[in-house]
Amino acid sequence: MSGEEFQSTVRVTGKGPVVELVGTVNRAAKDGMDQAYVEASQTPGEIVFDFSRVDYINSTGIAVIVGVLAMARSEGRDVGAYGLTDHYKEVFEITRLADFMHIYEDAATAN
Amino acid sequence: MLRRRSKRGHATTDVGSAQSHSATTSLEPIEIPAGDVLETLLLAAGGPVEVAGIEAESPTIDRLREEGIELVVPLIGQGELLGALYLGQRLSDQPYSTDDRRLLGNLASQVAPAMKVAQLVREQQAEAKERERIQQELQVAALIQQTLLPKQLPSINGWHVDAFYRPARAVGGDFYDFIDLGGDRLGVVVGDVTDKGVPAALVMATCRSMLRAAALRHDSPTAVLADVNDGLVPEIPPAMFVTCLYAIIDTAAGELVFANAGHNLPYVRTGDGVVELRATGMPLGLMPGMEYEEKTYRLQPGDLMVLTSDGITEAHSSEGEMYGFSRLMGKVAAKVKDDDMVTALVSDLEKWTGPDAEQEDDITLVVVRRTSSAEGSAKVFHSDDDEQVLTEFQLASVEGNERLAIEKVSAVVAPLGLEPTRLERLKTAVGETVMNAIEHGNENRAELEVGVQVSVRGGRVVVRVSDHGGDREIPEAVTPDIEAKLAGEQTPRGWGLFLIEQMVDEVNNSRENGSHIVELVMNREGEA
Repeated sequence: MSGEEFQSTVRVTGKGPVVELVGTVNRAAKDGMDQAYVEASQTPGEIVFDFSRVDYINSTGIAVIVGVLAMARSEGRDVGAYGLTDHYKEVFEITRLADFMHIYEDAATAN
Repeated sequence: MLRRRSKRGHATTDVGSAQSHSATTSLEPIEIPAGDVLETLLLAAGGPVEVAGIEAESPTIDRLREEGIELVVPLIGQGELLGALYLGQRLSDQPYSTDDRRLLGNLASQVAPAMKVAQLVREQQAEAKERERIQQELQVAALIQQTLLPKQLPSINGWHVDAFYRPARAVGGDFYDFIDLGGDRLGVVVGDVTDKGVPAALVMATCRSMLRAAALRHDSPTAVLADVNDGLVPEIPPAMFVTCLYAIIDTAAGELVFANAGHNLPYVRTGDGVVELRATGMPLGLMPGMEYEEKTYRLQPGDLMVLTSDGITEAHSSEGEMYGFSRLMGKVAAKVKDDDMVTALVSDLEKWTGPDAEQEDDITLVVVRRTSSAEGSAKVFHSDDDEQVLTEFQLASVEGNERLAIEKVSAVVAPLGLEPTRLERLKTAVGETVMNAIEHGNENRAELEVGVQVSVRGGRVVVRVSDHGGDREIPEAVTPDIEAKLAGEQTPRGWGLFLIEQMVDEVNNSRENGSHIVELVMNREGEA
């Protein structure tokens, strides 16, 4: 069982760009994540990743997210996330990803 | 006041107080046995009854007179005598007036419903306690039954053995067993006792013991089944019997000798399709002197044999359609990822019955696969004596198989009551450990296997993961420097070992005969 294939979609809300993620965030998600970041960064404002349809994140997926955060940092962009399960919120805390991206409860509180 | 347990057919009486001319006196409870004439009399009167006016005789009435009771006020609810108030002489020595009686009658009519409620509450409490006791006994029975099932799956070079067992109730009548017959011979048993629950479990325990003893006495499956049948006939309750398949595998030659006492036919998936292994014989325990046909079959490298109980084939869909042999055969024929036939079949069965369906019958599944090469077989795990091994399985070293490991480990530990937070952490730790085993230990070589064992030791869940990287140094887990990673000074990777360390209570590494074993230990409870 390899889980649902990773997909990402960028949409722009009144608050800014949102990257909707679907499926598994692992090393295979790297290109999709990077492209989504580049596309989202065309719109001003905090880039918010929606994890509510992500079913699995492993250490290689964390590395992919670190790569995106590194790009954002070099460009001075704020990054946020919502839709994380309690477990992945804990993982984001432990890995300190949460120190470099705003973790929101849901779409309504994001941006 | 009288307390009555009408369901048990007798009554007990509590006298709260009885008044005498000199003082308030407590009396020993006076019972009114069921059917006593006093009961009839009180029910007929429906209100206070003067003892002096009672013409009937009974030991209870005699006792009332001896105790100086003047008035009996029945407590009646829904036509049933729930209790009674006994009153002696008034302190004033005056007879009870009409007003007194009316007052007592009113009092009784108000007390009776409360008495009834109190009785019902008491009965429900007693029933709840009884249910709890039965539940506890069933849990003990389930634990005992677990000890009758194999604690570990056989680990034989060139063979993979997997098993699944899920009783429909706390305990079940299905069973399976692996018997080391010495040399290269392995006995494999799958059985099914008619009925479910405790009666079936008791017969299962007897039958299993008989089979083990007979398997060590006789060299042929036919002789074993005939022996067990003769032993079981006088022991088994009427209308119960046992279906059973017993096979002996010569693991060096791949030869299978088997006999069947009315059990589901084994299926063998070969390179040319699925073969049914037929051998005739009556179920065990029906009639003495039965003879069993014996057959042989040679399992070729790559062949996979599936033994099932009828809990699978007779499971119904929500539309009432039976799973059936043809669907089972079709599933056995299909190639499944990593040849993990147990997961594939259980998952297909659950799809068939629906997620919330109540399991109709015990389910047992044993899969024996002759691998094409012994070279890539996973490590044989050793577990401590005080451990209960819940499952062992192997996975090919293919990226993504860590999800399969997570799924299997989750399914096995789900009934153990691990806190949800801790279960999620364990899943992540298992995924990362298996991923490391695939990528680093086995260098993504699909032909090399990753072994996984799940066991329970005391209040802890222990998951061991083995790979073939025993000659490699095991790196220390270090806390990644995220600042350096974000600054591009370090690779963004390197989170696996750190995550594993953070997710579980203990991580132990060991190396043995070319294998590297990681042991993850998780307390069932702890700080969130």
